[in-house]
Amino acid sequence: MAKKKLQIALYWGAACGGCDVAVLDTDEFILDVAAAADIRFWPIAVDGKYADVERMADGELDLTLYHGAVRNSENEHVAKLLRRKSKTLVAFGSCAHLGGIPGLANLASKEEIFGRVYLRNPSLELGNETIPQPRTDIAAGQLELPAFYRRVYRLQDVVEVDYFVPGCPPAPAQIKAVLLAVVTGNLPPRGAVVGASERAQCDDCPRVKSEKKVRQFFRPYELKQDPYRCLMEQGILCAGPATRAGCGVRCPNTGVGCRGCYGPLPDVVDQGAKWLSAVASIIDSNDPQEIDAILARVADMVGTAYRFGMPASLLQRSMAK
Amino acid sequence: MSFEPRIVGFLCNWCSYTGADLAGTSRIQYPPNVRVIRVNCSARIDPSFVVKALAIGADGVLLCGCHPGDCHYSTGNYKALRRYRLLSSMLGGLGIERDRVRLEWVSASEGQRFAEVVTDMTERLRPLGPSRVLSTLKTDRLER
Repeated sequence: MAKKKLQIALYWGAACGGCDVAVLDTDEFILDVAAAADIRFWPIAVDGKYADVERMADGELDLTLYHGAVRNSENEHVAKLLRRKSKTLVAFGSCAHLGGIPGLANLASKEEIFGRVYLRNPSLELGNETIPQPRTDIAAGQLELPAFYRRVYRLQDVVEVDYFVPGCPPAPAQIKAVLLAVVTGNLPPRGAVVGASERAQCDDCPRVKSEKKVRQFFRPYELKQDPYRCLMEQGILCAGPATRAGCGVRCPNTGVGCRGCYGPLPDVVDQGAKWLSAVASIIDSNDPQEIDAILARVADMVGTAYRFGMPASLLQRSMAK
Repeated sequence: MSFEPRIVGFLCNWCSYTGADLAGTSRIQYPPNVRVIRVNCSARIDPSFVVKALAIGADGVLLCGCHPGDCHYSTGNYKALRRYRLLSSMLGGLGIERDRVRLEWVSASEGQRFAEVVTDMTERLRPLGPSRVLSTLKTDRLER
């Protein structure tokens, strides 16, 4: 009897679609996947409806890669549905793993976001400001829209997650490794971060590191870089010291500081707090006013420190009223 | 009954903890609102300690180290100072009142000063009321 094909699904919650593209970036490998597996549900690439997933038996899917954060009731509904239908559910990419870029919306309240988008947006027609409602009654019946949540959640905040694959997007080599691990059944303990290193970016980074003393921070374009020297030593913010390695040091190799998308190191809860510790300690000043002046060059420290992980941080959101 | 803020205090072993000890042995009265944790140096106070204290319900966090120039490890308190300046501005950006996290220098001989710092901090936290962090995180878990 022929071996039963692997049943897989891919879904996007609050995501940009980059993770789906990353899966396709595995080039001809995706053809091997298609040969070895039935892709049962993949909104960006394959025709399918939620009803098709609902008709599946529980646990019928062997593997689901869930991209994207949980921003609204639709994201949560499908996350729960796919959890029920899947033997293995993977939080795939930074958004599902840590909240990702959509998670930065946790720095504003739902009211602020709606106000900005639907009421005070310069491109709105005056007098035509409308806030979408989850339910609207019209003559033909009731219309429904997914309810927009008060904040962004990670996938693991709404369902149990078996594995995490970090990255914005995950590197193609790791996507292959994850798929092969599932095919061969060679899986790590549940809850593991798969396809990444246990050490910091700096460990993989080929740049030369010496003593760090910074008197001024720069944006990458403001400086003629030394291509061989640590970016932090040159005053370019790099999240490498507080970020898991495994991507191949993609950003620092192109002269841009690490963005932190691979998330915190093992046992670190709050990536931003760890990173700010690293940034602050290299400032070459002992004078409070001067330290503040040096730090003032950084445009958005909160957003920079928690670029991919606001919903995963200890505080998870802004506490402003 | 008036609101009693809960303050977590991280005190360096060489100056501030000894200073707090002196306040005790000298029988100086100060509010019982501070829970003291001894660390070897103010540079040991990782910003995540402060964030965690706030996330699990502290109304304020007090960081104490040796006066500038007096650090037992020569520069640890300067590192603490830089981290504090950055952390404080970040917490401000996250909607947490600046008065909730405070860095003070207290030497081993300044028992009186430690008592004054704790008294002052407690009085400043009282009008702010309880920290909203824990209650907000709890509500977020129950209601979307």
